[in-house]
Amino acid sequence: MKKKEAPSHRNVLPKSPTSIQGLDEITGGGLPKGRPTLICGGAGCGKTLFAMEFLVRGATLYNEPGVFISFEETEKELTANVASLGFDLDKLVKRKKIWLEHIHIERNELEQSGEYDLEGLFIRIHSAIEKIDAKRVVLDTMEILFSELPNPQILRKELHRLFQWLKKRGVTTIVTAERGEGALTREGLEEYVSDCVILLDHRVIDQSSIRRLRIVKYRGSSHGTNEYPFLIDEDGFSVLPVTSLGLNHISSPERISTGLPRLDTMLSGKGYFRGSTVLVSGTAGTGKTSIAAQFVEAACKRGERVLFFTFEESSNQIVRNMRSIGIDLEPWVNKGLLQFHATRPTLYGLETHLSTSIKLVNKFRPSIVILDPINAFVLGENQTEVNIMLVRLVDFLKMRRVTAFFTSLTSGNDTMESTDVYISSLIDTWLLVRDLEIGGERNRGLYVLKSRGMAHSNQIREFRLTNNGIELLDVYVGSEGVLTGSARLSQETKDEAEQLLRQQEIGSKQFKLERKRDALAAQIVVLRSEFEAEASDALKVIGIEKAINERFTLDKIKMSKSRRGDASTKISYASNGNGRKK
Amino acid sequence: MNIEHEKLKTRRSKALLVKENEPSVKAGDSRWDLNLYVVGESPKAVTAFNNLKIICEEQLKDKYQINVIDLLKNPQSAHDNQIVAVPTLVRKLPLPERNIIGDLSNRERVLVGLGLKELGELTVA
Repeated sequence: MKKKEAPSHRNVLPKSPTSIQGLDEITGGGLPKGRPTLICGGAGCGKTLFAMEFLVRGATLYNEPGVFISFEETEKELTANVASLGFDLDKLVKRKKIWLEHIHIERNELEQSGEYDLEGLFIRIHSAIEKIDAKRVVLDTMEILFSELPNPQILRKELHRLFQWLKKRGVTTIVTAERGEGALTREGLEEYVSDCVILLDHRVIDQSSIRRLRIVKYRGSSHGTNEYPFLIDEDGFSVLPVTSLGLNHISSPERISTGLPRLDTMLSGKGYFRGSTVLVSGTAGTGKTSIAAQFVEAACKRGERVLFFTFEESSNQIVRNMRSIGIDLEPWVNKGLLQFHATRPTLYGLETHLSTSIKLVNKFRPSIVILDPINAFVLGENQTEVNIMLVRLVDFLKMRRVTAFFTSLTSGNDTMESTDVYISSLIDTWLLVRDLEIGGERNRGLYVLKSRGMAHSNQIREFRLTNNGIELLDVYVGSEGVLTGSARLSQETKDEAEQLLRQQEIGSKQFKLERKRDALAAQIVVLRSEFEAEASDALKVIGIEKAINERFTLDKIKMSKSRRGDASTKISYASNGNGRKK
Repeated sequence: MNIEHEKLKTRRSKALLVKENEPSVKAGDSRWDLNLYVVGESPKAVTAFNNLKIICEEQLKDKYQINVIDLLKNPQSAHDNQIVAVPTLVRKLPLPERNIIGDLSNRERVLVGLGLKELGELTVA
C-alpha cells in the first residue's frame, strides 16, 4: 500500500514517501522529491508535527536523514513536544539521523544599517545538511523572519533565493507557514514554493473538532483533490484517504460459517464470503446483536481475531446478555481473540470514529470487525456523512480482506428495506430480522434479503433465541399462510392429529379387507370339502349300481341258460354291445 | 557558496526598538570588542568592514578591536552566535551585546546600533 504507484504517468515525478498513514495514497507516493513543499494552516493545526513526522519517518524508514530548522521552538522544546508521539528525537540526533537547529533572532537587539542577506542562514542550513548528509529539510515557520528582520523586500528576495538553492541541492524540503487572511499564507510564501502546497485545517463542527487536509496544488502530479480528514494521536499523523481507493480489492472465494448451521444452509450451505460486508437489520429487540455474537463465537472457535465495536452497550453488558442465550464470549476476550471497543457515538466526530476504527484494525489485525449498530451515528441530518464514513470503512476493510459485520436498527414505522437503502450498495449479504405479528403474538422471522455471489434461500425462517443460542426453524407455510410461534405450533398439532386420524382409517380399512379375504378362503375350504364328500358318495352309488347291473346281467344269462331259450343271442348281443362301448 | 548580489534600496524600518532612555555608552568608558560576521570576501563584506573601520577610527581610536569572522571558514560560529543575516556586526564589549545587520552603509544607524549616539540625535537622512 505504501509503495502504491502513482496513476500511470509516463514520467512519474520522483516522490519522497512520507509514510504518514494515508498521505502517500492521495499524493500518489509522497511529496515531490528534491523540491520544497509548503504546508500551511492556522495555529494549532499540526504543521510542526506533520513536518516532524516526515523527517522522523524518512530517517527511520527510508534512511534519509533530516534537518529540522526551527524558528520558533528550541531543540529541547521540540524534543519534548514530539516525544508524545513516540518519537525519540534524542536518540535520532545521537545516531546522526536528525539534526535540530533552532534559529533565534532577538529583534530588540537588532539594528539595520544598509543591505544585508541571509547567507548566515544558508550557511547554517548547509552545514546542518553536511553534518548528517541530510536528504530532507524542514523549515518550521520561517515567516517569523518577517517579524524579526527588517526590510521585507530583502527577505523576499532572499527567501526566493533560498528555495532555489534548496531545490538545486536536491533536498526534499517542507516549509511551514501560518495561514493568512484570504490567502494561503500570511507572507505569500506560496509564490515561492510552487511545487506542492498542502493546507491543514482545524475546525469545530457540532462541538466536535475535525481536522482536514487538502492538497491545494501538486505540480506535475495527479493527486486527490478532496478534503481529507486527518488525525493526530499517540501514533502521529494519519490521513483518511479511503474514498480514493476505488473498487480494486481482491474478492475471496473463501467462505466462513455464520455460526448458525441453518443460516449457513440458507447461504448456499457455507456461510458468508470472507472479506464481504454483512448487514443485519431489524427493529429493536429482534436479536441482531445475538446473530453477531453467534458469528463472533464461531470465528473465535476457529482461532480468528474479532474486533467488536459497540455503540450502545458496554462490553460487559454484551457479554452478560449473550451468556443468557448460551453464548459465552468472555473466554475469547481473555484469550485475546476478541476485543471490544465501546464508545458513545457522540464522543467524537465521525472522522475520529473512523480513524480510530482504522487504527485499531491496523493494530489488532482482526479477520472480522463488528459494528453494532451503525446507525447509532445518525444524529439528525448527518445521514450523508455517515454513509460516506461507512463507504470509507467498508473500502478499508475490504482492502484488508476483513469481514465486516454491521447491525442496523430500523425504526418500526418505516418499511424495513428503505431505511437502510443508502448503504445497500455497500452490503454483500443482507439479512433481515423482522417481527411477524400473527395470532396476538410477536415472533421473529429471518430472511436473506440479498447475498451477492451465492445461491441463497428465499425462505423465511423463524428465528428463536433459546438458552442454547439461536435456533432457526421452518415457518409453517400451508393453506393458512405463513405461521410462526404458537400459531405454527397449534397448526402443526392440528395437522399431526389429522394425519393420525387418516392413518387409523387406512389401518382399519386394511384390516377389514384382510378379514374379508380370510373369510373367503374359509368358505372355499368348506365348499371344497362338501364337494369332495358329495363326490365320494356319488362314486359309491355308481359302484353299487354297476355291481347291481352286472349281477342282473349274470342272472339273466344264468336264467336263459337254464331255460335254454333262444333269447340267449339277444341277451349276449346286449351284453356284448355294452362291452364294446366301453 | 555563490551569492548573488543585487542593489536594493534599504529602507529604514519603522519599528526601530532602541530605547530612548537607554544611556549611550561613552566612547571612553572601556575597550570595544567588535565581531563582524561575513561570508567570504563578498562586496558586502568588504563594504561593511570598510565602513566599520572608518567609524571606529573616528569614534574609538585605539580602544577597539574588530574580529572578522568568515562563516564559510567557521560555520559553527553562525550556529553558536545565532547569525542569520550577514553581514552582522556584534558588539561583544561593552555589554550588553548589540547587533547590527547590513553593510553598515548608514552611518547614523551604526552609531545608534553601537550605542555611540542616541536615537534622538539622528539626523534625518
